[in-house]
Amino acid sequence: MNTISETRKKSLLYLDNVCVAFDGFKAINSLSFVVEPGELRAVIGPNGAGKTTMMDIITGKTRPDTGTVLFEDTIDLTKKDEADIAQLGIGRKFQKPTVFESHTVWDNLELALNRSRGVFATLFYTLSPEDKARIEEILETIRMTHRKDEYAANLSHGQKQWLEIGMLLAQEPKLLLVDEPVAGMTDAETAETAVLLKEIAKTRSVVVVEHDMGFIRELGVKVTCLAEGSVLAEGSIDFVSNDPKVIENYLGR
Amino acid sequence: MISGFVFRALEGRIVAAVGILLAIGILVPALNLLTPADSAIHIPTYAMSLFGKYLCYALLALALDLVWGYCGILSLGHGAFFALGGYAMGMYLMRQIGSRGVYGNPILPDFMVFLNWKELPWFWHGFDWFVFAMVMVLVVPGLLAFVFGWFAFRSRVNGVYLSIITQAMTYALLLAFFRNDMGFGGNNGLTDFKDILGFSVQADGTRAVLFFMSALMLSLCLILASAIVRSKFGKVLVGVRDAESRVRFLGFRVENIKLFTFVVSAMMAGIAGALFVPQVGIINPGEFAPANSIEVVVWTAVGGRGTLIGPIIGAILVNGGKSFFTGAFPEIWLFALGALFICVTLFLPRGIVGTIQHGFRSRKAYKAAAEAEKGRDAQPSVAQAAE
Repeated sequence: MNTISETRKKSLLYLDNVCVAFDGFKAINSLSFVVEPGELRAVIGPNGAGKTTMMDIITGKTRPDTGTVLFEDTIDLTKKDEADIAQLGIGRKFQKPTVFESHTVWDNLELALNRSRGVFATLFYTLSPEDKARIEEILETIRMTHRKDEYAANLSHGQKQWLEIGMLLAQEPKLLLVDEPVAGMTDAETAETAVLLKEIAKTRSVVVVEHDMGFIRELGVKVTCLAEGSVLAEGSIDFVSNDPKVIENYLGR
Repeated sequence: MISGFVFRALEGRIVAAVGILLAIGILVPALNLLTPADSAIHIPTYAMSLFGKYLCYALLALALDLVWGYCGILSLGHGAFFALGGYAMGMYLMRQIGSRGVYGNPILPDFMVFLNWKELPWFWHGFDWFVFAMVMVLVVPGLLAFVFGWFAFRSRVNGVYLSIITQAMTYALLLAFFRNDMGFGGNNGLTDFKDILGFSVQADGTRAVLFFMSALMLSLCLILASAIVRSKFGKVLVGVRDAESRVRFLGFRVENIKLFTFVVSAMMAGIAGALFVPQVGIINPGEFAPANSIEVVVWTAVGGRGTLIGPIIGAILVNGGKSFFTGAFPEIWLFALGALFICVTLFLPRGIVGTIQHGFRSRKAYKAAAEAEKGRDAQPSVAQAAE
């Protein structure tokens, strides 16, 4: 039985033996990481473990020195750039909420909507009834219907995070990468974000990078702990948090 | 589809601005042509040409606003596109001189005879034909912008580095056009024009038509720019300005977006240059001077970048000030310009129109907040009701 090719065939995202070095510093060191369709996965690890670099590699911002990065088993992501990868269906939320501050909440979602993105298509675009319905639906999901005409600059930190998640939903990705969604949020906002992410994960795969152990416990999903650019442990939150290596490298510090 | 695109452009203040521009475009020539020279409301031809020049500068500032105010590309080389449009028009006007030049050569312009050239260089062919020259007014600046932008935006040259290379571009063109063997009249440039489409460039009637054309082209470009920035594409442009990586990760090709805008803007600058040349009667390499391009940035900043109308007002105000100062106190103009730029940067960072717009917007937000407050008072909360 060939288990490796089995996992690969089933996978949505498949990273194998990926290495990246910046000026000799190995940010990612023979990293292997597999996400299945419909999976919600949490990634933890100390600062400098390579969590954000891993996202950079998946989304085409950084090219790996060696290794395989496959999307849906056939598409080699190392050959594509950010725009291509976004159009393939990989959405990314940044650590610092990044929304278009001088646009309204509605316009932010309209821009993110998964429609033709060419110069002339956008020049002559008019809002169709379906698009309008879709935006309203997303506003409902991220609970921001009442603030749709507000400039994004006037939103609170938590609301910006949700708006950005809403923009990713509008993009209709198959895989969503979320970098520290609850950093700087209140406890109530954190709990609500957990519900939101679980709801989103019903229809697509989500990878969440987070430091907040309480939040990860709330998600209740498979956890991958990274350290020094490779996987330290993988499994349920209880399994990972009892792993002596994890305690030594991350939790104990 | 197209009608929606244009219709969206016609927002209140754009319609008002176009109305004012067209009224000026008709009224000023009318006052020049139809009133007697000693009348109190007569506008002398020199004043009309001067104001026509301001309208060309306003179009140049509008072009810069599209790339700088909306897309965040601070071009310090827009003067180059303006000058190239001007040279294309100048070449047409040179070919119209025919055998009326000092040397009386029916084909070769005077400076070529002077340089002992025997035949017209290949790139001068076709310029005796007006339509061809007008196409070149758009194509030459557009092509330069395309080639320049293709390399710059693809290699993700951004911010101050891009500004520096645009400045280098216009400086390189300045040096090239100064050379006699480039075939564009060297140091002296192109001048001594006689006719445009068979009408004398000196005649009041021709000047009046040129003035009207300047107002008309400015209006049309304003409508086009407004249509662009109010479309979804325009929203993407602002996105590129404020959060370029977000746009990229949403799946847009940022380099194509920038390239399109840069080329459209360069073509507008070319039109401005082409209208400028017959009104001032000369085009020379001085128009490529880096300082010219920086002045355009000052006009745009004074008027308010990212407002479309602001740069038009800024260009007219600053150039009006320039004409006044260089006439009344020629030695202090450069100080005045420097002081203006410092004051705008420090005290009016949004520019004239931007500040007014912002004040209006915050007043509206304040009113809405006050309204909401009142509503809350009128309806006692559940807690109060329970008490």
